[in-house]
Amino acid sequence: MIELIPLVLYLPALGAIINAFAGRKSVSRIVGPAVVGLAFLIALVVLAGLLALPPDQRSRDVLMWTWMPGRGLDIQIAARVDPLSLLMTLVVTGVGFLIHVYSTGYMADDERYARFFFYLNLFITAMLALVLGNNYLMMFLGWEGVGLCSYLLIGFWFYKPEAANAAKKAFVVNRIGDFAFTIGVLWLFAIFGTSDYNVIFGKAHEVFKPGDTTITWITLLLFIGATGKSAQLPLFVWLPDAMEGPTPVSALIHAATMVTAGVYMVVRSHALFELAPLTMSVVASVGALTALFAATIALVHTDLKRVLAYSTISQLGYMFMAAGVGAWPAAMFHLTTHAFFKALMFLGAGSVMHGLHGETNIFKMGGLRKFMPVTAATFVFGWLAISGIPPLAGFFSKDEILAQTFNAGYPALWALGTLTAALTAFYISRITILAFFGRQRFGRDVHPHESPPSMTAPLAALAFLSLVGGMALGLPLGEGSLINQFLAPVFTESHVPVEAATGNADLLTSISVAMGVLGIGVAWVLYVARWIPASFVSRVFKPFYILFSRKYFVDEIYHALVVVPAVWTAEFLFKAVDHAMIDGVAIGGAVEVMTLWSRALRWTQSGYVRSYAFLTLLGAVAMVLFFLFRL
Amino acid sequence: MPIPSIDFTVILPILILSCAALFVLLLDLFLSAERRGLNAYVSLAGVAAAAAATSLQIGRSGTTLEGMAVLDGFGLAFEWLLLGIAALSVLFSIPYVQQHNLNRGEYYVLMLFVTAGGMVMATSNDLITIFLGYELLSLSLYVLAAFARERAASGEAGMKYLLLGGFASAFLLYGIALTFGTTGTTNLTMIAAFFDKTPIAGNALPLIGLALLLIGFGFKIAAAPFHAWAPDVYEGAPTSVTAFMSSAAKVAGFAALARVLFVAFPSPALRLDWGNALAALAILTMTVGNIAALLQNNIKRLLAYSGIAHAGYILIALVTGTAQGLEAALFYLLAYTFMNLGAWSVVIALGRTGEERLDLSDFAGLSMRHPRLAAVMTLFLLSLAGIPPTAGLMGKWLIFSAAIQQNLIPLAVIGVLNSVVSLAYYLRVISLMYTRPADASFSLSPVARPLTVAIVVAAIGTLALGLLPAPVLQWVQIVRF
Repeated sequence: MIELIPLVLYLPALGAIINAFAGRKSVSRIVGPAVVGLAFLIALVVLAGLLALPPDQRSRDVLMWTWMPGRGLDIQIAARVDPLSLLMTLVVTGVGFLIHVYSTGYMADDERYARFFFYLNLFITAMLALVLGNNYLMMFLGWEGVGLCSYLLIGFWFYKPEAANAAKKAFVVNRIGDFAFTIGVLWLFAIFGTSDYNVIFGKAHEVFKPGDTTITWITLLLFIGATGKSAQLPLFVWLPDAMEGPTPVSALIHAATMVTAGVYMVVRSHALFELAPLTMSVVASVGALTALFAATIALVHTDLKRVLAYSTISQLGYMFMAAGVGAWPAAMFHLTTHAFFKALMFLGAGSVMHGLHGETNIFKMGGLRKFMPVTAATFVFGWLAISGIPPLAGFFSKDEILAQTFNAGYPALWALGTLTAALTAFYISRITILAFFGRQRFGRDVHPHESPPSMTAPLAALAFLSLVGGMALGLPLGEGSLINQFLAPVFTESHVPVEAATGNADLLTSISVAMGVLGIGVAWVLYVARWIPASFVSRVFKPFYILFSRKYFVDEIYHALVVVPAVWTAEFLFKAVDHAMIDGVAIGGAVEVMTLWSRALRWTQSGYVRSYAFLTLLGAVAMVLFFLFRL
Repeated sequence: MPIPSIDFTVILPILILSCAALFVLLLDLFLSAERRGLNAYVSLAGVAAAAAATSLQIGRSGTTLEGMAVLDGFGLAFEWLLLGIAALSVLFSIPYVQQHNLNRGEYYVLMLFVTAGGMVMATSNDLITIFLGYELLSLSLYVLAAFARERAASGEAGMKYLLLGGFASAFLLYGIALTFGTTGTTNLTMIAAFFDKTPIAGNALPLIGLALLLIGFGFKIAAAPFHAWAPDVYEGAPTSVTAFMSSAAKVAGFAALARVLFVAFPSPALRLDWGNALAALAILTMTVGNIAALLQNNIKRLLAYSGIAHAGYILIALVTGTAQGLEAALFYLLAYTFMNLGAWSVVIALGRTGEERLDLSDFAGLSMRHPRLAAVMTLFLLSLAGIPPTAGLMGKWLIFSAAIQQNLIPLAVIGVLNSVVSLAYYLRVISLMYTRPADASFSLSPVARPLTVAIVVAAIGTLALGLLPAPVLQWVQIVRF
């Protein structure tokens, strides 16, 4: 059954081809979601096959094809099926399927419907290549592929200048990370002579001593790639702007799947990262700082989607923090639950926009629960899940990360994470209350309406997953939980202690729940009870307010330090080097010479048979002489 | 004189194809004008039957007709290739001959005869039968080139081809005569045996003979400086004929050339000579083809020069003189068939009833008019230029790596430099399609079904050979004598 895995990759590819060439809405509406749904079902069958094997054999490579066999370049396109890749595949195809279904409703009136599904299917294909490959080359192909799709989808409404600029920004910022990632992968290739996981992870312990400079650099380069793709400090700036894309795209690519590729890559490469303790600390610290940093910005933003975007950055920070302390399964657990509740909230936001003619300002919403009961009810599940309220999904995974960070000996990072948990609960409560509760603040001419079933059904499914996902995967608490047991075979050679028994688990859990309740409570005080007006708070903390609302001036700093010098250098290179030297002297000269030759040859082409015959004769004489002179 | 016993199974595919040709010739007499379309499908059936017969011969070997005809992997591979070219060509000819009032039965008959002639060339083990196939192919092509007899240009093309082709045949025949005079045989295997035993030092006759043979075949594959006919004939002939001959004649010419050189002249002393001569031809052919293509404004002439340049690349594969080189040549010819016939099919698709669009400016804005046509044309042109992930890249890679294995590094470098030059004119067409606005009066008629099939098959082949070359790389290993 495991041998079915290529189908999971081929089906979305086939869907992409059909959508690209059929170009009809009636076709795309069926084909687009169907191929992803089928891929999900096949992935379930593969899962059954994998679980039938004893745990220590749950890793299989399935060869799909060999490019140029036996000619010195054996590039193998093969899938690695193990619990890690399969979990990710299930998330990508499962959540992906729901978002595809949602898109059939959300994009119903778009002229370029088929193209949208072409891009979506293409994205799923690239993402699965990234996830399922058994070598870094395939991961790289997928990595670049999802970057391309992200660019195309952010800029889907390219006639809006903001969308076009956001797409460009995402692409350029990602290139910076990709560049580091490429060097890291090539460095590995140079050392091992292959990009195959089996060889690299198998031999890494022999080739490197723990803490070697080389492996530290390689893992740092890989991690810089991850900060680009997963929007961490300092390369996070593209993700908030990426909200210019259609909302299903934000849910699929910029919340549930693509942005988690960096986390997946780090977890996949855990054999390398464990050899580089320094890099691990960097990963954990960057993750914790990003989590807090993004959460503070989310406190004050008024755009529904952008708050969710900063929230995503923040939650991704948690995942990196978990990875950095060696809590690999916890990182993947949070990745999974986050995919559920964040996709849910983005789709909910999309549903709100659908009902409010594209409005995203939370101060122009309010009281929407009366008009959009399903959207509001499902959003509540997302709200409670991300706030870490038991027994919803976010509670289990976030609690696991915080407890393991503390027990791994990082109390400072734990404190940052715990503070972030309170902030998270606050900003999510804020947008939930302002959007769905209280009085209506939208104009009299606006008539909100509930979205069609094609959009509310995926919301319900994701709400259900946000409710039970944590309980299903995270119980019984601790090392024996389903997800830990499932992923355990992947990390058998890991030596990082998983949740040392210090007996403080209950205390840590209580603190993290208390933080969630505290955040929600403050929001209730400010926005429901209104004991203190929110404007008063922002006046009191004015410097912070400005800092947060201007996003720490990061965009301005980057513009001055990076963009302006880069543009200046580019201008110089363009005018002095490219235009004058390359175009003028090198290319221009070559073109002149070639044109001259081409003219000369054209002159021999007179059209007269006699001159052709003469040319042939000359050639014949030359040929005969050539042979005779060899005598 | 006793009648030799003939093993007809050895030459079965050729017999079937010839019978099919004769059948179509007769059938045409009984068809009314509006039912002439049937000819094409009967021809296709004949091609399919011949291909089936070829497939039955897999794994068999043998000779017949006193050792003149031979059955081996090399012959099989080239028979398949020629039959494939014939099938695709019939498909894209169907709308073309209707649009341009050429729908006469002889058209397909001649096409089948060209194919049969090429198959004779590929499966002959004797200079005489090779010449026979060469003439059957050439004579049929002369007529096809002049087939649009209302157009003076077509007549001129046929006439030029006939005159210059006759000139080249004389060289070939003279080469055969000198070889026979030296060795006392025209059988390829026996010629090789003769040179094994007899030193050639001081004897100019066999060398002149070999030189003349190379000229004869060089003409057929349009290698410079024996290429001058090609642009004019390609331009004047009906486009479907041009497309057909640009592949079929080249494949047949290379098949015969490779067999003669590898089977009859493998002795080390001679190998060095023809190797050097071919290397010189290869360099000249690539360079002339690519540079001359730069300034062409007519797509037919551009593709003609492109075809010349590709013959140059394939010559490099023969220079190696190794089995690996032979496999590379076969792979390249297969790749060339797909991408070249694909590009020609798009050219045909641009035309309308009684009107062809052959100027490069006709490609302006095609991406707006017909995005799919522009997309596949881009694929074919990129493949011709050797850009991944296409058949063209894989073919060039195989040829150049075969050359490097034999330490022919300068040749490989010149080949690579030439591909760089070729990018200029292929990209020019692509840039026209995507960056220039179309003429407002330009309208496309819908692409006919058979033509669509040809284009799709060519596109799939071009992509498949680039992405999934493994089975084909396996297959080309049947090229053994």
